[in-house]
Amino acid sequence: MRIYDLPDAGGHFGQYGGVFVAETLIQALDELKQAYARYRKDPEFLAEFAHDLKHYVGRPSPVYHARRWSERFGGAQMYLKREDLNHTGAHKINNVIGQALLARRMGKPRVIAETGAGMHGVAAATIAARFGLECTVYMGSEDIKRQVQNVYRMKLLGATVVPVESGSRTLKDALNEAMRDWVTNVENTFYIIGTVAGPHPYPMMVRDFQSVIGREAKEQMQELIGRQPDAILACVGGGSNAMGIFYPYIQEEKVRLIGVEAAGHGLESGKHAATLCAGKPGVLHGNRTYLLQDDHGQIIETHSISAGLDYPGVGPEHAWLKDSGRAEYVAVTDEEAVQAFHDLCRLEGIIPALESAHALAYAARIAPRMAKDQTLLVNLSGRGDKDMHTVAEKSGIKL
Amino acid sequence: MSRIADTFEALKRQGRKALIPFITAGDPDPKLTVSLMRALAEGGADVIELGVPFSDPMADGPVIQRSSERALKHGVSLKDVLGFVREFRQQDAATPVVLMGYANPIEALGVERFADAAQAAGVDGVLVVDYPPEEARRLVELLDARQLDTIFLLSPTTADARLKEVAKLGRGYLYYVSLKGVTGAAHLDLAEVSARMAHLRKFTRLPVGVGFGIRDAASARAVAAVADAVVIGSALIQEIEKAPRDKAAAGLKAYLSGIRGAVDGSRQKAAI
Repeated sequence: MRIYDLPDAGGHFGQYGGVFVAETLIQALDELKQAYARYRKDPEFLAEFAHDLKHYVGRPSPVYHARRWSERFGGAQMYLKREDLNHTGAHKINNVIGQALLARRMGKPRVIAETGAGMHGVAAATIAARFGLECTVYMGSEDIKRQVQNVYRMKLLGATVVPVESGSRTLKDALNEAMRDWVTNVENTFYIIGTVAGPHPYPMMVRDFQSVIGREAKEQMQELIGRQPDAILACVGGGSNAMGIFYPYIQEEKVRLIGVEAAGHGLESGKHAATLCAGKPGVLHGNRTYLLQDDHGQIIETHSISAGLDYPGVGPEHAWLKDSGRAEYVAVTDEEAVQAFHDLCRLEGIIPALESAHALAYAARIAPRMAKDQTLLVNLSGRGDKDMHTVAEKSGIKL
Repeated sequence: MSRIADTFEALKRQGRKALIPFITAGDPDPKLTVSLMRALAEGGADVIELGVPFSDPMADGPVIQRSSERALKHGVSLKDVLGFVREFRQQDAATPVVLMGYANPIEALGVERFADAAQAAGVDGVLVVDYPPEEARRLVELLDARQLDTIFLLSPTTADARLKEVAKLGRGYLYYVSLKGVTGAAHLDLAEVSARMAHLRKFTRLPVGVGFGIRDAASARAVAAVADAVVIGSALIQEIEKAPRDKAAAGLKAYLSGIRGAVDGSRQKAAI
């Protein structure tokens, strides 16, 4: 394999990615592109980023050998990359710190963000508080109903949460609304996108900030087992935690990369969010990628028990990794994810986010067919505190 | 020469400015679209911009978003929109029609198939909001080959190097977005628009239309004094929203006639 150097200057990963926005946003994106090009290799910027990741987030996050889980499934050894132990409880904070440092250097006193489950919104509100930036978070009114606690959390941190009433009133509409805010307030506002989607340079920039996950994992696996894992698994909604752990491994061709999407009630039910498994290429939110859409090119509503995977698009680099065959994409249902959630609670004393539970569920499917000296590394992208209500409800328990 | 170029030529000879109304196809009801288009032509439209509804209209304000949602409730697709144009063409062979919308419905149909179908239906121009010039080359080639115009947006923040690029690729007319924001937003800065028009003309001989933020006769008159065309959308859609269905066409025609008067009035005023 030649050196992996995507995206190209226009932000393309093969036919995917790019800049598909109205002319009104081009200047803002150019400004961001230039700023990022300047700082991405700036030693001072990188040192400040590393410092914050260490002292504020608590990195490096450990890699943990889930021994009882591995014994139970009777095959491959499972290791967990513990992003759930980060400050604010998920991988989202890595990217948000990177973008907020950039916002400060660009002299933008106000940041905005979109959020689905609220984890990215909480991370953005957290960093805004720490850096003294004004913060507005857009959130679909349906999601606000489902995630009352995270909404309050953002407010505690000083952010303004704006309910979005358009379209399906979920994450995709929150993203539309944040873009509209940005185009209106571009002079003083930095838009912190939470995933590896959106127009160039976002997919590349968010990947770069998240790739700390994979870089650490590479060193840690070497230390722990003296080699790299046979496969790496990560859940994929927009795909930022997966891109973060996959990216440093793209040229390690012996390592299988497996992205796990949300099959919801099952792919055949039509109620799912498995964009790469069941979607078609198209253009949404500033990039070309796989989309869940109807025959007329309208974006359709998705379903997943985990709000963080409930998105009809996916990062363009994943689309490229799928088509090129470098990564595999599979899907597991709500039921399977909830089962994996309970298994990890009982066997390892770790309560995973329902998003991450999708990756665990697929690990449980393939581990028994693998040898005992083989290893799986699962990106445990977040902790499950936010999912108590959902899981309890699923078990018929009222909290 | 295209119907759009002919129209602007004729207006220039008469010393008049173009009026370009926008409505969303299928809003409030697909049964009304062709009659609303006719009402626009009768009310003084020089070019009609017909919006193709999309589930995620990222560059649009609340008014046009709502119109898109109403149309989608009726299941209006790009094919339906082309059907409306075909029907409109049977009665009106003169008024140019520009389709305005987002990339995904076009890509779902297939860009080449779309170009063929648009030509067959009698479409004159296409504006894809989320195709900036960098991503639009194929569409321009396909539309050029069929003598259809690709219309591009310009914004107050478009740098000179890009102006050159857009001027090279643009056909028919250029659409200057007069403010930072989404469609239907308030604050239109006329002094800035006027200064920008003068600057734009250094880069292009295409007519320049101004839109986003024109909401009444007064702002239409003021913009007509400095631009080649006045584009008005959200205000029309609000008129349609207000009117009972059976009076929507008549109301739209009356409203647009008022704007027409204001646009033409700017010339007389300028002459005095």
